[in-house]
Amino acid sequence: MIKLADSSQRAQKKATRAALGATLAELADEGLPIVAVDADLTGSTTTSKFAAAKSEYADRLFNVGIAEQNMIDVAAGLSLAGNIAFTGSFAVFGIGRAYDQIRNTLCYSKLNVKLTPTHAGISVGPDGGSHQMLEDVALMRAVPNMRVLVPADYASARAAIRLAAKTEGPVYVRLGRAAVPCVYDDDVELEIGRAYAVREGSDVTIVANGVEIGQALLAAEMLAQEGISAEVIDAFSVKPLDSETILKSAQKTGRVVVCEEHSINGGLCDAVAHLLAENRPLPCAFVGVKDRFGKSGEFEELLGFFGLDAASIVDSAKNLCK
Amino acid sequence: MDDLVSASNEMRKDIIRMIGAAGSGHPGGSLSCIDILAALYMGGVMRHDPEDPDLVGRDRFILAKGHAAPALYCALAHSGYFPTEELTTLRKLGSRLQGHPDSSLLPGVEVSTGSLGQGLSIACGLACGLRLAEDDAAVFTLLGDGECEEGQVWEAAMFAAHQGLDNLVAIIDNNGLQIDGNISDVCDPENIGDKFAAFGWEVSHVDGHDIAALIDVLNAAKKKRSGKPQLVVAKTVKGKGVSFMENQAGWHGKAPDADQMQQALSELDAIGA
Repeated sequence: MIKLADSSQRAQKKATRAALGATLAELADEGLPIVAVDADLTGSTTTSKFAAAKSEYADRLFNVGIAEQNMIDVAAGLSLAGNIAFTGSFAVFGIGRAYDQIRNTLCYSKLNVKLTPTHAGISVGPDGGSHQMLEDVALMRAVPNMRVLVPADYASARAAIRLAAKTEGPVYVRLGRAAVPCVYDDDVELEIGRAYAVREGSDVTIVANGVEIGQALLAAEMLAQEGISAEVIDAFSVKPLDSETILKSAQKTGRVVVCEEHSINGGLCDAVAHLLAENRPLPCAFVGVKDRFGKSGEFEELLGFFGLDAASIVDSAKNLCK
Repeated sequence: MDDLVSASNEMRKDIIRMIGAAGSGHPGGSLSCIDILAALYMGGVMRHDPEDPDLVGRDRFILAKGHAAPALYCALAHSGYFPTEELTTLRKLGSRLQGHPDSSLLPGVEVSTGSLGQGLSIACGLACGLRLAEDDAAVFTLLGDGECEEGQVWEAAMFAAHQGLDNLVAIIDNNGLQIDGNISDVCDPENIGDKFAAFGWEVSHVDGHDIAALIDVLNAAKKKRSGKPQLVVAKTVKGKGVSFMENQAGWHGKAPDADQMQQALSELDAIGA
């Protein structure tokens, strides 16, 4: 089993975005030709930490100003010169506004650019619906040649960023603003296309990723108190998806709840539904944002408001187990 | 120079044959920019090697106006990147010569293009990357004048000047037309050169069908290294060389039929004779 956080690590909370600048510096220290391109959000995304880590890294961070389309294609050009280029901004702009640049340049030419915008999903909280990107996984999943990774915590975000750097071609790593509980051991390593059982169980499978892993683990505790044994699978690699691990668990439990901090359209929910429909149709429930825009509020409040919290997962699982 | 003029005329004939055989494509903007490509690829402006498309230290070219793919394919084939016989496979299933350039298929194409407005940004990134690597190669990119209606062009224009990318040479194929008509009637990006100058670029102007003048101006822009990006506005004629296509927006994206193809080829033969 993959190495999980011990009790002292679990007590810590950290945002996945905080892994960006630190991990880029770490990769550059290891000799990889890392560059970053950001759009006036170097502090928020933490790419500024990469630039500040060593004097020679300052020249390897390019700030294009508030111009996300240019950001993506400048990264494309930097990759053509042999660099591993990471992009910043917030997911709503760095993915949504620049979709055409991502599709027609990065993915069509299969360039070595890693999309690592931050503040995805409702984690951006009080900024409200205009800034809460809930369609990014759907957009990125639909484009050929793109890999999509949604890490659960700081350690897995670091692992996903490292993995992106070492995987040739375009990769999207979804990062959030809110501090979330640690799930994995600090030095965890992940593989593209793998899903990991973070809790074993026999009555229901909960497939989740991102911040929903923390909620799913809480839900599994709550379900255990009611005599329901839940298996929690971290499908951090939405594309490619680990069909084998998910099908094996689904076969064992016979019921699947899929959870994501994203629209129920086009993301992990659809990916797992597709997998099960083709291979092993069985009762499913979906926990995600139901085809609507976000709202201002604190992250923790919004989890409840949109039905993404542990209590909502418990309800879905209990319905399936009736 | 006569050789280059004659090679350019042969490439015009190939553009007509390719698009005629494909039954679709963009003759107008291919004919308007072919002399520019002749100067870059065959006039000694760009350092490149058809035998080694990935040559370290090569100058780079990005066709921002990707719909002029037939012109790029002609320049590559006539330079020796692939056999000219392959040109008439344009746009056919299984061909390396896609409707718009696909870098994953065809050696010599640095990056896939076709969605307008992106080439200048990619060229900026490449220029930054070469500078970081202390590689003194130059990056050339060719934009349409209608393409300058895309907002991203101006994001890139601002960025290039801010970064002082003097290893970057952008060329405007200023033929004055776009699909819906005269650029001045559709949504005029008028005085493109002045706008770039206002963004901090150094700008020169040239007759885009005078190959000798193009070579001089492009070489000068490549060598200037004044701390500023270089813009060359090449005044061109859309459909140049084929009487019934010249200055006709209707020939932006339409293939000639058999009779029109015959007429076009005999006109070009007469120029070449």
